[in-house]
Amino acid sequence: MGGLQKKKYERGSATNYITRNKARKKLQLSLADFRRLCILKGIYPHEPKHKKKVNKGSTAPRTFYLLKDIRFLLHEPIVRKFREYKVFVRKLRKAYGKAEWTAVERLRDNKPGYKLDHIIKERYPTFIDALRDIDDALSMCFLFSTFARTGKCHVQTITLCRRLTVEWMNYVVTSRSLRKVFISIKGIYYQAEVLGQLITWLVPYQFAHDHPTDVDYRVMATFTEMYTTLFGFINFRLYQTLNLVYPPKKLSALSASLARVVATAEEEEENQLDQFPADGEDLENMEAREKEQKEQEAQNRLFEGLKFFLNREVPRESLAFILRCFGAEVSWDKSLCIGGTYNVTDETITHQIVDRPDIDKQYINRYYIQPQWVFDSVNAKMRLPVEDYFLGVTLPPHLSPFVEEKDGDYVPPEKLKLMALQRGEKHVQEEEEDDDDDDDDEEYNDEVDDEDLTEEKNLKKMEDQRSQGKTLAVKVTPGKVKPWETGSVGNKVRLEKEEKAEEKRLAIMMMKKKEKYLYDKIMFGKKRTTREANKLAAKRKAHEDTSKAEKKQKKAKKQ
Amino acid sequence: MRTVNLESQKNGTMSKAKEKSAKKRVVEEDDDQLPIFDKDVTEKKAGEEDDADLSDSEESVFSGLEDSESDSHDEEEDAEEGDDEEDDDDAVILDEILTKSSGVETATEPPATDKNTPTDIRNTVGNIPMEWYQDYPHIGYNLDGKKIFKPIRNKDELDEFLDKMENPDYWRTVHDKTTASDIRLSDEQVDLVHRLQKGQFGDVNFNEYEPSVDFFTNEVMIHPVTNRPQDKRSFIPSLIEKEKVSKLVHAIKMGWIKPRKPKETTPQYYDLWAKEDPNAILGRHKMHVPAPKMRLPGHEESYNPPPEYLLTEEERMAWEQQDAEDRKLPFLPQKHSCLRAVPAFSRFIHERFERCLDLYLCPRQRKMRVNVNPEDLIPKLPKPKDLQPFPTTMSLVYIGHSSLVRSISASPTGQWLVSGSDDCTVRFWEVNTGRCMKTLEVGGAVKSVAWNPNPAVCLVAVCFESTVLLLNPGLGDRLVVSSTDQLITSYEPPEEDKEQAVTWALSEGPEHDNGHRLTLTHPKAVKQVVWHGKGDYLASVMPDNSSNLQVLIHQVSKRRTQNPFRKNKGLVQCVSFHPLRPYFFVATQRYVRVYNLIKQELTKKLMTNCKWISSMAIHPGGDNLICGSYDCRLAWFDLDLSTKPYKMLRHHKKALRGVAYHKHYPLFASGADDGSVIICHGMVYNDLLQNPLIVPVKVLKGHQITHDLGVLDVTFHPTQPWVFSSGADATIRLFT
Repeated sequence: MGGLQKKKYERGSATNYITRNKARKKLQLSLADFRRLCILKGIYPHEPKHKKKVNKGSTAPRTFYLLKDIRFLLHEPIVRKFREYKVFVRKLRKAYGKAEWTAVERLRDNKPGYKLDHIIKERYPTFIDALRDIDDALSMCFLFSTFARTGKCHVQTITLCRRLTVEWMNYVVTSRSLRKVFISIKGIYYQAEVLGQLITWLVPYQFAHDHPTDVDYRVMATFTEMYTTLFGFINFRLYQTLNLVYPPKKLSALSASLARVVATAEEEEENQLDQFPADGEDLENMEAREKEQKEQEAQNRLFEGLKFFLNREVPRESLAFILRCFGAEVSWDKSLCIGGTYNVTDETITHQIVDRPDIDKQYINRYYIQPQWVFDSVNAKMRLPVEDYFLGVTLPPHLSPFVEEKDGDYVPPEKLKLMALQRGEKHVQEEEEDDDDDDDDEEYNDEVDDEDLTEEKNLKKMEDQRSQGKTLAVKVTPGKVKPWETGSVGNKVRLEKEEKAEEKRLAIMMMKKKEKYLYDKIMFGKKRTTREANKLAAKRKAHEDTSKAEKKQKKAKKQ
Repeated sequence: MRTVNLESQKNGTMSKAKEKSAKKRVVEEDDDQLPIFDKDVTEKKAGEEDDADLSDSEESVFSGLEDSESDSHDEEEDAEEGDDEEDDDDAVILDEILTKSSGVETATEPPATDKNTPTDIRNTVGNIPMEWYQDYPHIGYNLDGKKIFKPIRNKDELDEFLDKMENPDYWRTVHDKTTASDIRLSDEQVDLVHRLQKGQFGDVNFNEYEPSVDFFTNEVMIHPVTNRPQDKRSFIPSLIEKEKVSKLVHAIKMGWIKPRKPKETTPQYYDLWAKEDPNAILGRHKMHVPAPKMRLPGHEESYNPPPEYLLTEEERMAWEQQDAEDRKLPFLPQKHSCLRAVPAFSRFIHERFERCLDLYLCPRQRKMRVNVNPEDLIPKLPKPKDLQPFPTTMSLVYIGHSSLVRSISASPTGQWLVSGSDDCTVRFWEVNTGRCMKTLEVGGAVKSVAWNPNPAVCLVAVCFESTVLLLNPGLGDRLVVSSTDQLITSYEPPEEDKEQAVTWALSEGPEHDNGHRLTLTHPKAVKQVVWHGKGDYLASVMPDNSSNLQVLIHQVSKRRTQNPFRKNKGLVQCVSFHPLRPYFFVATQRYVRVYNLIKQELTKKLMTNCKWISSMAIHPGGDNLICGSYDCRLAWFDLDLSTKPYKMLRHHKKALRGVAYHKHYPLFASGADDGSVIICHGMVYNDLLQNPLIVPVKVLKGHQITHDLGVLDVTFHPTQPWVFSSGADATIRLFT
């Protein structure tokens, strides 16, 4: 014994964390400024492992920051700028109050500002780091660029966002780096591969925004401030990689159209294509890479040589962007927007994109297609047959290109069809295809069942399936010979299987508690996915049954 | 000079006009009523009077003539302050009118302050509230210093009224408070009042609409307005200015003064990463966690998803009723026939904002995702196939009992099986055929049966209610049967008869013919009987929480009974003898105590970690023990290892009822209320360093669950790897 009594909360985790209020007081900032600082510097709270210890015995809900983070903020020059700005506002208010207009003007002229360059450099030490984190910046800038110039934020911010996004799109077109596009109910998703980084962004549809009241625009504006700075530097660097001058003069002047710049960009683009590195370690790797590269090139030339004309009702900007990314020529009605290079009457137009049920005057030497064709073709990396996308035709479902199905997940039949097409298989008659699909589903179900744990369950399910097959299958399909149903050989196999299942079950009984818990969790997750997949498959089947029945009814009526 | 004069003139008129308008303002208030001095009117106006207007007129209240009327109503004035003020106000107007009309003073200044103009001097008290003179007979002093006396008789209401009715000039009579006299206004004065009321100038002859005279005309005059010659400085350039300008020019030439640069509004971009250091850690610290990316959209977010991704009507209802946080999808999947039909997403800004909040408000944590193949978690055990023999199939069902079979026991030769049931019978079965050899009625539900393990003795202990019955079933070798009978009859009572807890009684007559040999009557209900391995000793359990008489050990050859325990250590569940050494195992609710019978001491206390022990079995080697419990656990103890379970098995879904070891094979079985019997391979090695190997090898099912009870007892065949189980469905099953 002996020595001083150790005091509580003076060592250990309690000293590593600091509450938000204390941090604020330490930095001598208002809450709003503190927030701004955290946003700009990328500081986020931490959840301590033992909250009660850190909270000095109290269980009150508090936000904790790492003390190191806050110390790091102490030396930030921007904090001083914040204080200066506060003083400026105070002085300005006073001058206004006293109606000293010369003073107001002088103060205005000397308004303190701050730059975020050093913060960007600090947060993203390398260019790739910055590029990796640009998703949010892109989405935010695209959103802000669609805002009306009415008071929600500074007009300069909106124009800057617009400029930056146009520059970005220009870069993507020039470098031909667009990979995937997706029309969702929220907006249009784009995915580009820039310097090996996959960058995804979302662009809202061109509508006036219904500004919600429960959104703090100051927070959004702070983020946008940071993002525009980051985005500008990234654009600069990207233009530099293409040997282009930044800022591009034409673009900064014209904010609405891409046409001219793209035209110039395309000329330069030819030189760009054939400078891929050809260094390889393994032959296989090399081959795989080459194959990938070839595919990539093929995708980049997807629409090359095609001449598109956009009708006025289709989203011009996004379609023009996508089409140009894949080497097509695009034009639109001159009255719609500047930049249309040729007219509807041009005889060399190969495709006209129309989003209305019918069109009066049709040229015979061009396809009239709906905009989804462009998106689906880009995702499929091939020109899809245009028949499904003619005017007035019910469109095939638009699938997300971002979903990568693992085994055990549900694959919609359209995707299977598409994959078959990509493999180069021919289009088959529809009816047969449907049957194939059914078979696929069944096989797939069987696979799922094989994975199932218990043999008894397995048996039961199979029985169910068999009975289902008996009741549901209207058409006679060539039945598969199931091995254990015939002869003693099958019996053996079955017995073996059963034995194995039982062995497994018995072994599971001997698992330790912890492992058992983990195992159960994993199995539960697996079962849930299969259940969901089965549910989707069942829904699909029901839908197809009803649609078939309707078709039959229609046929009957016709007869 | 002419201009100046004009100016002053104008000023004069202006000030006059101002004065007038001020008056006008005062008078305005009584604008509508012509007979302004009507008392009714003044009273009516009292409430509407504005304080601000009062203040500027109050100064001159007592300076001029006083209304005689108000004087006559002194008391009334005292009572009503507001009324008084009202009167005063009227007096002001009058005062001014009077002074003006009399021509004694001009209306521009208040009379009391101006020395040049003669003031009203009929009363010299000055501008004081007249009520100060209330209590005096006079009301002031005249110029000569004589008192001015109040009139002898004040007018009262009646006088007033009469005056009003009779006096034709009443309406033009006003009361002067300072002199306390009535004054009749002349025609001119009344006229003046009327004019003021109308907002006209007091002077009849003043024309306010006189034509204006321009004194600077647009016509060029031949003479200058002023004849002053121009200064010299007006046509010589200023030297000081020239010097200043030249200084500035010089400064600009020298580059000392620069024009203010226009402020940069557009941000300047440059190659920020020109000198990037790939090894530079993030400025903050190494623990930085980059923000996770947004989830990529799935098929259900498409504007035209496959039909299976759309929600059905019920799902949609469920979605709408869920809280926003609980929803699996944050949006409703929708199908649009074409792109132009897609509306704006209403929560777009919300979602971006939420993302922003996530980025700066959410604590970030690295979560280690467990990437384990579930197959790897399953322990690698020897295959059951390699651990044969063990019972795998149900081969015989012994049917005969009509109620649940609580206990079974096999004969040491393995030819016979005895079972005790709640239908108050004990049945003897031939194992191989399933035939019921014998049925004995006893006087109660049989709780436990036990076949004597000594093959040279053919005895079965049966317990029901508070009786333990020793039976000779008369099955098997006749020699053995007869020798058993001899053994029992050869007993000679000792000389000194000791008082015993149990009464031993020899059966005779028809009972003897049935096979009853000895009856041990216990003081309490007996739950279990157990034989010692040698077959001479027998232990019986009478569970009772309140006394030390729970376990009794009987010696059959000497017909002696003793209570080994002095103290009650808890409710005894079951007991067992060590197969080789003189140890005795007692299982209470939670613990198993091991006593040394020779040394008469407690050697071990095993913590079972169970809530309630139901059954217990000792390995034939004697170093291992299993315990079944009602909380679905089976605990394996290695007595040499520890007092805690070596292994805890939770195989059963429901309470365990019976456990058993095989005599020769490394097998043990457990039966539970879920109707299953689980056979485990339980290998005990002679090498003390090697732990026992426990592998479950078979789950045997067959018993039906009745009244939530499944298997009640299990026991192994003494020589074959077979297991018997008795169940609540009144059957006994043999698994081989």
